[in-house]
Amino acid sequence: MPPRLRLAGLRSALAGPFDLSLEAGACIAITGASGSGKSLFLRMIADLDPSEGIAELDGRPRQDFRAPDWRRRVAYVAAEPGWWAEQTAAHFPTAHHAAARALLPRLGLSDTQFGAQVVRLSTGERQRLALIRTLVRHPSVLLLDEPTGALDEPTTFCVESVLRDVLATGTSIIAVTHSPAQAERLASRRLAMVERKLHPA
Amino acid sequence: MSTILLTWPDLLIAASLLLIDGFLSVWLRLALHRQLAIAAVRMVVQLVVVGLVLRAVFRIDSPGLTLVVVVVMVLIAAREVAARPEQRLVRSGNLAVGASAVAFATFATAILALTTAIRPHPWYTPRYAIPLAGIVLGNVLNGGSLALDSLLSGVVRERAAVETQLALGATYGQAMRGLVRASVRRALLPTINTMSAAGLVTLPGIMTGQIIAGMDPMEAVKYQILLMFLLGGGSGLAAVAVVYLGAWWLTDDRDRLRLDRLRSGGR
Repeated sequence: MPPRLRLAGLRSALAGPFDLSLEAGACIAITGASGSGKSLFLRMIADLDPSEGIAELDGRPRQDFRAPDWRRRVAYVAAEPGWWAEQTAAHFPTAHHAAARALLPRLGLSDTQFGAQVVRLSTGERQRLALIRTLVRHPSVLLLDEPTGALDEPTTFCVESVLRDVLATGTSIIAVTHSPAQAERLASRRLAMVERKLHPA
Repeated sequence: MSTILLTWPDLLIAASLLLIDGFLSVWLRLALHRQLAIAAVRMVVQLVVVGLVLRAVFRIDSPGLTLVVVVVMVLIAAREVAARPEQRLVRSGNLAVGASAVAFATFATAILALTTAIRPHPWYTPRYAIPLAGIVLGNVLNGGSLALDSLLSGVVRERAAVETQLALGATYGQAMRGLVRASVRRALLPTINTMSAAGLVTLPGIMTGQIIAGMDPMEAVKYQILLMFLLGGGSGLAAVAVVYLGAWWLTDDRDRLRLDRLRSGGR
Protein backbone atom coordinates (compact mmCIF):
# COMPACT_ATOMS: atom_id res chain seq x y z
CA MET A 1 0.00 0.00 0.00
CA PRO A 2 1.37 3.42 -0.86
CA PRO A 3 1.61 5.87 2.03
CA ARG A 4 -1.20 8.38 2.53
CA LEU A 5 1.10 11.29 1.67
CA ARG A 6 4.50 11.08 0.06
CA LEU A 7 6.80 13.99 -0.69
CA ALA A 8 10.03 13.55 -2.62
CA GLY A 9 12.29 16.45 -3.46
CA LEU A 10 9.45 18.91 -2.94
CA ARG A 11 10.99 22.37 -3.17
CA SER A 12 10.48 25.96 -4.16
CA ALA A 13 12.79 28.92 -4.52
CA LEU A 14 12.13 29.65 -0.84
CA ALA A 15 12.29 26.26 0.91
CA GLY A 16 13.13 22.59 0.61
CA PRO A 17 13.84 20.09 -0.76
CA PHE A 18 11.54 18.07 1.47
CA ASP A 19 11.18 14.27 1.63
CA LEU A 20 8.51 12.77 3.78
CA SER A 21 6.24 9.77 4.01
CA LEU A 22 3.10 9.83 6.12
CA GLU A 23 0.91 6.78 6.79
CA ALA A 24 -2.87 6.92 7.08
CA GLY A 25 -3.90 7.91 10.59
CA ALA A 26 -0.39 9.06 11.53
CA CYS A 27 0.61 12.44 12.88
CA ILE A 28 3.83 14.34 12.38
CA ALA A 29 4.60 17.39 14.52
CA ILE A 30 6.90 20.07 13.20
CA THR A 31 8.60 22.51 15.52
CA GLY A 32 10.98 25.31 14.67
CA ALA A 33 11.69 28.98 15.13
CA SER A 34 9.45 31.64 13.62
CA GLY A 35 10.42 32.26 10.03
CA SER A 36 12.12 28.88 9.67
CA GLY A 37 9.72 27.91 6.88
CA LYS A 38 7.05 25.82 8.65
CA SER A 39 4.08 27.65 7.13
CA LEU A 40 5.81 27.75 3.73
CA PHE A 41 6.15 23.97 3.94
CA LEU A 42 2.45 23.42 4.70
CA ARG A 43 1.38 25.90 1.99
CA MET A 44 3.61 24.11 -0.48
CA ILE A 45 2.04 20.74 0.31
CA ALA A 46 -1.44 22.25 -0.09
CA ASP A 47 -0.33 23.64 -3.48
CA LEU A 48 -1.11 27.20 -2.38
CA ASP A 49 2.43 28.22 -3.35
CA PRO A 50 4.17 26.91 -6.48
CA SER A 51 6.66 24.08 -5.95
CA GLU A 52 8.52 21.44 -7.87
CA GLY A 53 9.09 17.80 -7.05
CA ILE A 54 6.81 14.93 -6.13
CA ALA A 55 3.73 15.04 -3.94
CA GLU A 56 1.45 12.01 -3.91
CA LEU A 57 -1.78 11.20 -2.12
CA ASP A 58 -2.38 7.44 -1.73
CA GLY A 59 0.10 6.89 -4.55
CA ARG A 60 -1.59 9.31 -6.93
CA PRO A 61 0.54 12.25 -8.07
CA ARG A 62 -0.67 15.74 -7.32
CA GLN A 63 -0.78 16.87 -10.93
CA ASP A 64 -3.44 14.19 -11.59
CA PHE A 65 -5.79 16.12 -9.30
CA ARG A 66 -7.48 19.39 -10.17
CA ALA A 67 -5.95 21.88 -7.73
CA PRO A 68 -9.23 22.47 -5.81
CA ASP A 69 -9.73 18.69 -5.48
CA TRP A 70 -6.21 18.26 -4.13
CA ARG A 71 -6.76 21.04 -1.56
CA ARG A 72 -10.07 19.54 -0.50
CA ARG A 73 -8.24 16.29 0.32
CA VAL A 74 -5.00 17.82 1.59
CA ALA A 75 -6.50 20.60 3.67
CA TYR A 76 -4.48 23.48 5.08
CA VAL A 77 -5.73 25.39 8.12
CA ALA A 78 -3.80 28.65 8.50
CA ALA A 79 -2.68 30.03 11.84
CA GLU A 80 -4.82 33.07 11.10
CA PRO A 81 -7.68 31.73 9.01
CA GLY A 82 -9.67 34.01 6.75
CA TRP A 83 -13.36 34.93 6.84
CA TRP A 84 -15.32 36.34 3.94
CA ALA A 85 -18.88 36.75 5.19
CA GLU A 86 -20.31 38.67 8.14
CA GLN A 87 -22.03 35.73 9.81
CA THR A 88 -19.99 32.81 11.10
CA ALA A 89 -22.55 30.24 9.94
CA ALA A 90 -22.35 31.62 6.38
CA HIS A 91 -18.87 30.12 6.11
CA PHE A 92 -20.36 26.64 6.32
CA PRO A 93 -22.39 25.14 3.47
CA THR A 94 -25.87 24.31 4.73
CA ALA A 95 -25.14 20.62 4.26
CA HIS A 96 -22.34 20.90 6.86
CA HIS A 97 -24.33 22.75 9.53
CA ALA A 98 -25.45 19.66 11.45
CA ALA A 99 -21.99 18.10 11.53
CA ALA A 100 -20.41 21.43 12.51
CA ARG A 101 -22.93 22.01 15.31
CA ALA A 102 -22.22 18.52 16.65
CA LEU A 103 -18.52 19.39 17.00
CA LEU A 104 -19.08 22.73 18.77
CA PRO A 105 -19.43 21.44 22.36
CA ARG A 106 -16.39 19.19 22.02
CA LEU A 107 -14.28 22.27 21.32
CA GLY A 108 -15.76 24.38 24.09
CA LEU A 109 -18.06 26.30 21.73
CA SER A 110 -21.82 26.59 21.44
CA ASP A 111 -24.52 27.66 19.00
CA THR A 112 -23.98 31.21 20.27
CA GLN A 113 -20.62 31.43 18.53
CA PHE A 114 -21.90 29.57 15.48
CA GLY A 115 -24.69 32.14 15.07
CA ALA A 116 -22.53 35.16 15.88
CA GLN A 117 -20.90 37.72 13.61
CA VAL A 118 -17.28 36.88 12.92
CA VAL A 119 -16.04 40.23 14.30
CA ARG A 120 -17.63 39.43 17.69
CA LEU A 121 -15.58 36.23 18.11
CA SER A 122 -12.27 36.02 19.94
CA THR A 123 -9.13 34.86 18.14
CA GLY A 124 -9.34 31.48 19.87
CA GLU A 125 -13.00 31.03 18.95
CA ARG A 126 -12.26 31.85 15.33
CA GLN A 127 -9.37 29.40 15.30
CA ARG A 128 -11.54 26.54 16.57
CA LEU A 129 -14.39 27.39 14.18
CA ALA A 130 -11.91 27.38 11.29
CA LEU A 131 -10.77 23.92 12.37
CA ILE A 132 -14.38 22.71 12.42
CA ARG A 133 -14.95 24.28 9.00
CA THR A 134 -12.20 22.06 7.59
CA LEU A 135 -12.95 18.92 9.65
CA VAL A 136 -16.54 18.64 8.43
CA ARG A 137 -15.17 18.32 4.88
CA HIS A 138 -13.37 15.10 5.89
CA PRO A 139 -9.97 15.67 4.27
CA SER A 140 -7.49 12.81 3.91
CA VAL A 141 -4.61 14.90 5.22
CA LEU A 142 -4.85 17.84 7.62
CA LEU A 143 -2.14 20.48 7.54
CA LEU A 144 -2.50 22.43 10.77
CA ASP A 145 -0.56 25.63 11.35
CA GLU A 146 -0.39 26.18 15.12
CA PRO A 147 -3.90 24.80 15.70
CA THR A 148 -3.89 25.77 19.38
CA GLY A 149 -1.77 28.92 19.16
CA ALA A 150 -4.46 31.17 20.63
CA LEU A 151 -5.91 28.73 23.19
CA ASP A 152 -5.54 28.15 26.93
CA GLU A 153 -4.51 24.74 28.24
CA PRO A 154 -7.94 23.14 28.87
CA THR A 155 -9.17 24.20 25.43
CA THR A 156 -5.93 22.95 23.87
CA PHE A 157 -6.66 19.53 25.37
CA CYS A 158 -10.18 19.62 23.88
CA VAL A 159 -8.72 20.29 20.44
CA GLU A 160 -6.13 17.54 20.85
CA SER A 161 -8.83 15.06 21.85
CA VAL A 162 -10.82 15.88 18.70
CA LEU A 163 -7.65 15.56 16.61
CA ARG A 164 -6.94 12.12 18.11
CA ASP A 165 -10.43 11.00 17.03
CA VAL A 166 -9.74 12.37 13.57
CA LEU A 167 -6.51 10.36 13.41
CA ALA A 168 -8.42 7.26 14.49
CA THR A 169 -10.67 7.59 11.42
CA GLY A 170 -7.57 7.34 9.20
CA THR A 171 -7.00 11.02 8.47
CA SER A 172 -3.32 11.94 8.67
CA ILE A 173 -2.07 15.15 10.25
CA ILE A 174 0.97 17.35 9.86
CA ALA A 175 0.86 19.89 12.68
CA VAL A 176 3.12 22.88 13.17
CA THR A 177 3.41 23.67 16.85
CA HIS A 178 5.51 25.79 19.16
CA SER A 179 4.90 23.44 22.07
CA PRO A 180 7.23 20.42 22.43
CA ALA A 181 4.76 19.00 24.96
CA GLN A 182 1.96 19.11 22.40
CA ALA A 183 4.21 17.48 19.81
CA GLU A 184 4.93 14.74 22.37
CA ARG A 185 1.22 14.20 23.16
CA LEU A 186 -0.08 14.21 19.60
CA ALA A 187 2.54 12.98 17.19
CA SER A 188 4.15 9.66 16.44
CA ARG A 189 7.02 11.44 14.76
CA ARG A 190 8.63 14.82 15.37
CA LEU A 191 10.59 16.91 12.93
CA ALA A 192 12.33 20.24 13.31
CA MET A 193 12.38 22.94 10.65
CA VAL A 194 15.75 24.67 10.57
CA GLU A 195 16.49 27.27 7.93
CA ARG A 196 13.80 25.95 5.60
CA LYS A 197 14.92 22.32 5.78
CA LEU A 198 13.46 19.45 7.83
CA HIS A 199 15.54 17.49 10.37
CA PRO A 200 14.58 14.75 12.85
CA ALA A 201 13.83 16.43 16.19
CA MET B 1 -29.98 77.05 -35.97
CA SER B 2 -27.80 80.08 -35.34
CA THR B 3 -24.40 79.73 -33.80
CA ILE B 4 -22.93 82.81 -32.16
CA LEU B 5 -19.25 82.63 -33.03
CA LEU B 6 -16.76 83.85 -30.46
CA THR B 7 -13.99 86.25 -31.39
CA TRP B 8 -10.56 86.35 -29.75
CA PRO B 9 -11.31 89.73 -28.06
CA ASP B 10 -14.38 88.07 -26.48
CA LEU B 11 -12.06 85.54 -24.88
CA LEU B 12 -9.70 88.28 -23.66
CA ILE B 13 -12.59 89.91 -21.81
CA ALA B 14 -13.42 86.58 -20.13
CA ALA B 15 -9.74 86.10 -19.31
CA SER B 16 -9.90 89.28 -17.26
CA LEU B 17 -11.98 87.28 -14.77
CA LEU B 18 -8.85 85.27 -14.02
CA LEU B 19 -7.12 88.56 -13.17
CA ILE B 20 -9.61 88.86 -10.30
CA ASP B 21 -8.42 85.47 -9.04
CA GLY B 22 -4.83 86.62 -9.38
CA PHE B 23 -5.57 89.80 -7.50
CA LEU B 24 -7.26 87.80 -4.71
CA SER B 25 -4.23 85.54 -4.51
CA VAL B 26 -1.89 88.49 -4.02
CA TRP B 27 -4.22 90.30 -1.65
CA LEU B 28 -4.96 87.26 0.57
CA ARG B 29 -1.40 85.92 0.17
CA LEU B 30 -2.66 82.61 -1.21
CA ALA B 31 0.57 82.25 -3.22
CA LEU B 32 -1.56 80.82 -6.00
CA HIS B 33 -1.12 83.43 -8.74
CA ARG B 34 1.90 81.70 -10.26
CA GLN B 35 0.15 78.31 -10.44
CA LEU B 36 -2.98 80.01 -11.67
CA ALA B 37 -1.12 81.71 -14.50
CA ILE B 38 0.66 78.52 -15.50
CA ALA B 39 -2.56 76.50 -15.41
CA ALA B 40 -4.41 79.10 -17.48
CA VAL B 41 -1.67 79.27 -20.09
CA ARG B 42 -1.46 75.46 -20.22
CA MET B 43 -5.20 75.17 -20.67
CA VAL B 44 -5.21 77.66 -23.55
CA VAL B 45 -2.19 76.12 -25.28
CA GLN B 46 -3.47 72.54 -24.90
CA LEU B 47 -6.94 73.36 -26.18
CA VAL B 48 -5.65 75.43 -29.10
CA VAL B 49 -3.31 72.60 -30.09
CA VAL B 50 -6.16 70.10 -29.83
CA GLY B 51 -8.34 72.38 -31.91
CA LEU B 52 -5.69 72.70 -34.60
CA VAL B 53 -5.05 68.95 -34.61
CA LEU B 54 -8.75 68.17 -34.83
CA ARG B 55 -9.24 70.71 -37.62
CA ALA B 56 -6.39 69.09 -39.56
CA VAL B 57 -7.63 65.56 -38.88
CA PHE B 58 -11.17 66.47 -39.92
CA ARG B 59 -9.87 68.03 -43.13
CA ILE B 60 -7.61 65.09 -44.02
CA ASP B 61 -10.54 62.76 -43.21
CA SER B 62 -8.62 59.49 -43.50
CA PRO B 63 -9.76 56.37 -41.60
CA GLY B 64 -6.15 55.43 -40.80
CA LEU B 65 -5.39 58.80 -39.22
CA THR B 66 -8.65 58.74 -37.26
CA LEU B 67 -7.70 55.33 -35.89
CA VAL B 68 -4.24 56.58 -34.89
CA VAL B 69 -5.75 59.53 -32.99
CA VAL B 70 -8.21 57.29 -31.16
CA VAL B 71 -5.50 54.76 -30.31
CA VAL B 72 -3.29 57.52 -28.87
CA MET B 73 -6.23 58.72 -26.76
CA VAL B 74 -6.85 55.15 -25.57
CA LEU B 75 -3.19 54.74 -24.58
CA ILE B 76 -3.18 57.98 -22.60
CA ALA B 77 -6.33 56.85 -20.76
CA ALA B 78 -4.83 53.40 -20.17
CA ARG B 79 -1.77 54.99 -18.59
CA GLU B 80 -4.04 56.85 -16.16
CA VAL B 81 -5.92 53.65 -15.29
CA ALA B 82 -2.60 51.88 -14.70
CA ALA B 83 -1.13 54.64 -12.54
CA ARG B 84 -4.06 55.02 -10.12
CA PRO B 85 -3.68 51.93 -7.86
CA GLU B 86 -0.99 51.84 -5.19
CA GLN B 87 -0.12 48.31 -6.27
CA ARG B 88 1.48 47.26 -9.53
CA LEU B 89 1.02 43.99 -11.34
CA VAL B 90 4.40 42.66 -12.44
CA ARG B 91 5.46 42.65 -16.09
CA SER B 92 3.65 45.97 -16.76
CA GLY B 93 0.40 44.23 -15.89
CA ASN B 94 -1.40 47.42 -14.93
CA LEU B 95 -0.74 48.94 -18.33
CA ALA B 96 -1.61 45.75 -20.21
CA VAL B 97 -4.84 45.31 -18.24
CA GLY B 98 -5.72 49.00 -18.48
CA ALA B 99 -5.03 49.26 -22.22
CA SER B 100 -6.97 46.11 -23.14
CA ALA B 101 -9.96 47.04 -21.01
CA VAL B 102 -10.06 50.70 -22.07
CA ALA B 103 -9.66 49.83 -25.74
CA PHE B 104 -12.32 47.13 -25.60
CA ALA B 105 -14.87 49.27 -23.75
CA THR B 106 -14.26 52.40 -25.83
CA PHE B 107 -14.32 50.74 -29.23
CA ALA B 108 -17.36 48.61 -28.39
CA THR B 109 -19.38 51.57 -27.11
CA ALA B 110 -18.29 54.13 -29.69
CA ILE B 111 -18.74 51.80 -32.66
CA LEU B 112 -22.19 50.80 -31.43
CA ALA B 113 -23.22 54.46 -31.22
CA LEU B 114 -21.69 55.36 -34.59
CA THR B 115 -23.27 52.47 -36.47
CA THR B 116 -26.74 52.60 -34.90
CA ALA B 117 -27.71 55.94 -33.33
CA ILE B 118 -25.58 58.74 -34.77
CA ARG B 119 -24.85 57.09 -38.14
CA PRO B 120 -22.63 59.53 -40.01
CA HIS B 121 -21.52 58.46 -43.51
CA PRO B 122 -19.18 56.70 -43.33
CA TRP B 123 -19.54 55.75 -39.64
CA TYR B 124 -15.85 56.44 -38.94
CA THR B 125 -16.03 60.10 -40.04
CA PRO B 126 -13.50 61.77 -37.69
CA ARG B 127 -15.81 64.72 -36.84
CA TYR B 128 -18.08 62.25 -35.04
CA ALA B 129 -15.80 59.36 -34.15
CA ILE B 130 -13.09 61.32 -32.32
CA PRO B 131 -15.23 63.48 -30.00
CA LEU B 132 -17.44 60.49 -29.24
CA ALA B 133 -14.46 58.28 -28.42
CA GLY B 134 -13.13 61.10 -26.25
CA ILE B 135 -16.23 61.49 -24.14
CA VAL B 136 -16.66 57.73 -23.76
CA LEU B 137 -12.97 57.46 -22.80
CA GLY B 138 -13.41 59.91 -19.92
CA ASN B 139 -15.93 57.65 -18.25
CA VAL B 140 -14.21 54.43 -19.22
CA LEU B 141 -11.09 55.83 -17.55
CA ASN B 142 -13.02 56.54 -14.35
CA GLY B 143 -14.70 53.16 -14.22
CA GLY B 144 -11.55 51.27 -15.16
CA SER B 145 -9.29 52.98 -12.64
CA LEU B 146 -11.78 52.62 -9.78
CA ALA B 147 -12.21 48.94 -10.60
CA LEU B 148 -8.49 48.23 -10.81
CA ASP B 149 -7.70 50.14 -7.62
CA SER B 150 -10.51 48.38 -5.79
CA LEU B 151 -9.43 44.94 -7.02
CA LEU B 152 -5.73 45.31 -6.25
CA SER B 153 -6.15 46.91 -2.83
CA GLY B 154 -8.93 44.43 -2.05
CA VAL B 155 -6.89 41.39 -2.93
CA VAL B 156 -4.09 42.50 -0.60
CA ARG B 157 -6.54 43.25 2.23
CA GLU B 158 -8.60 40.08 1.72
CA ARG B 159 -5.71 37.73 1.06
CA ALA B 160 -6.48 35.47 4.03
CA ALA B 161 -10.15 35.22 3.05
CA VAL B 162 -9.33 34.29 -0.55
CA GLU B 163 -6.64 31.77 0.38
CA THR B 164 -8.81 30.17 3.05
CA GLN B 165 -11.50 29.55 0.45
CA LEU B 166 -8.89 28.06 -1.87
CA ALA B 167 -7.63 25.86 0.97
CA LEU B 168 -11.20 24.64 1.49
CA GLY B 169 -11.34 23.50 -2.14
CA ALA B 170 -12.88 26.50 -3.89
CA THR B 171 -11.80 27.31 -7.42
CA TYR B 172 -10.02 30.63 -7.94
CA GLY B 173 -13.15 32.02 -9.55
CA GLN B 174 -15.28 31.08 -6.55
CA ALA B 175 -12.74 32.44 -4.06
CA MET B 176 -12.51 35.77 -5.92
CA ARG B 177 -16.24 36.22 -6.47
CA GLY B 178 -16.76 38.62 -3.57
CA LEU B 179 -13.86 40.86 -4.58
CA VAL B 180 -14.86 40.86 -8.24
CA ARG B 181 -18.38 41.89 -7.31
CA ALA B 182 -17.22 44.63 -4.93
CA SER B 183 -14.81 46.07 -7.49
CA VAL B 184 -17.32 46.25 -10.34
CA ARG B 185 -19.87 47.72 -7.96
CA ARG B 186 -17.53 50.46 -6.84
CA ALA B 187 -16.70 51.31 -10.45
CA LEU B 188 -20.37 51.68 -11.38
CA LEU B 189 -21.45 53.89 -8.48
CA PRO B 190 -20.26 57.22 -10.00
CA THR B 191 -22.18 56.44 -13.20
CA ILE B 192 -25.34 55.77 -11.22
CA ASN B 193 -24.81 59.03 -9.29
CA THR B 194 -24.30 61.01 -12.50
CA MET B 195 -27.42 59.56 -14.08
CA SER B 196 -29.63 60.18 -11.03
CA ALA B 197 -28.43 63.77 -10.63
CA ALA B 198 -28.42 64.63 -14.35
CA GLY B 199 -30.29 67.86 -15.04
CA LEU B 200 -31.15 68.44 -11.38
CA VAL B 201 -27.79 69.16 -9.82
CA THR B 202 -25.98 70.31 -12.95
CA LEU B 203 -26.79 70.67 -16.59
CA PRO B 204 -24.50 68.22 -18.35
CA GLY B 205 -21.71 69.93 -20.29
CA ILE B 206 -22.53 68.53 -23.70
CA MET B 207 -26.15 69.57 -23.46
CA THR B 208 -25.22 73.06 -22.27
CA GLY B 209 -22.77 73.39 -25.12
CA GLN B 210 -25.28 72.30 -27.73
CA ILE B 211 -27.99 74.61 -26.40
CA ILE B 212 -25.59 77.58 -26.45
CA ALA B 213 -24.51 76.55 -29.94
CA GLY B 214 -28.15 76.98 -30.97
CA MET B 215 -29.66 73.50 -30.79
CA ASP B 216 -33.24 72.99 -29.67
CA PRO B 217 -33.20 71.94 -25.97
CA MET B 218 -35.18 68.73 -26.62
CA GLU B 219 -32.74 67.69 -29.34
CA ALA B 220 -29.86 68.45 -26.99
CA VAL B 221 -31.57 66.40 -24.28
CA LYS B 222 -31.88 63.43 -26.64
CA TYR B 223 -28.17 63.64 -27.38
CA GLN B 224 -27.42 63.81 -23.68
CA ILE B 225 -29.55 60.76 -22.94
CA LEU B 226 -27.81 58.81 -25.66
CA LEU B 227 -24.45 59.84 -24.23
CA MET B 228 -25.43 58.87 -20.68
CA PHE B 229 -26.34 55.39 -21.89
CA LEU B 230 -23.05 55.15 -23.76
CA LEU B 231 -21.08 56.32 -20.73
CA GLY B 232 -22.90 53.94 -18.42
CA GLY B 233 -22.31 51.05 -20.78
CA GLY B 234 -18.70 52.03 -21.40
CA SER B 235 -17.73 52.26 -17.75
CA GLY B 236 -19.52 48.98 -17.00
CA LEU B 237 -17.67 47.18 -19.79
CA ALA B 238 -14.36 48.72 -18.72
CA ALA B 239 -14.89 47.76 -15.07
CA VAL B 240 -15.76 44.16 -15.89
CA ALA B 241 -12.86 43.82 -18.32
CA VAL B 242 -10.37 45.36 -15.87
CA VAL B 243 -11.51 43.17 -13.00
CA TYR B 244 -11.47 39.90 -14.91
CA LEU B 245 -8.13 40.61 -16.61
CA GLY B 246 -6.60 41.80 -13.33
CA ALA B 247 -7.86 38.74 -11.45
CA TRP B 248 -6.55 36.49 -14.21
CA TRP B 249 -3.13 38.15 -13.94
CA LEU B 250 -3.03 37.08 -10.27
CA THR B 251 -3.59 33.38 -10.73
CA ASP B 252 -2.02 30.39 -12.47
CA ASP B 253 -3.07 27.00 -13.82
CA ARG B 254 -3.30 25.57 -10.25
CA ASP B 255 -5.94 28.03 -9.01
CA ARG B 256 -3.47 29.81 -6.72
CA LEU B 257 -3.58 33.42 -5.60
CA ARG B 258 -0.22 34.70 -6.86
CA LEU B 259 0.39 37.82 -4.80
CA ASP B 260 4.06 37.53 -5.80
CA ARG B 261 2.83 39.09 -9.04
CA LEU B 262 1.87 42.26 -7.21
CA ARG B 263 4.25 44.98 -6.07
CA SER B 264 3.31 47.68 -3.63
CA GLY B 265 4.32 51.30 -3.97
CA GLY B 266 5.71 53.11 -7.00
CA ARG B 267 7.20 51.42 -9.99
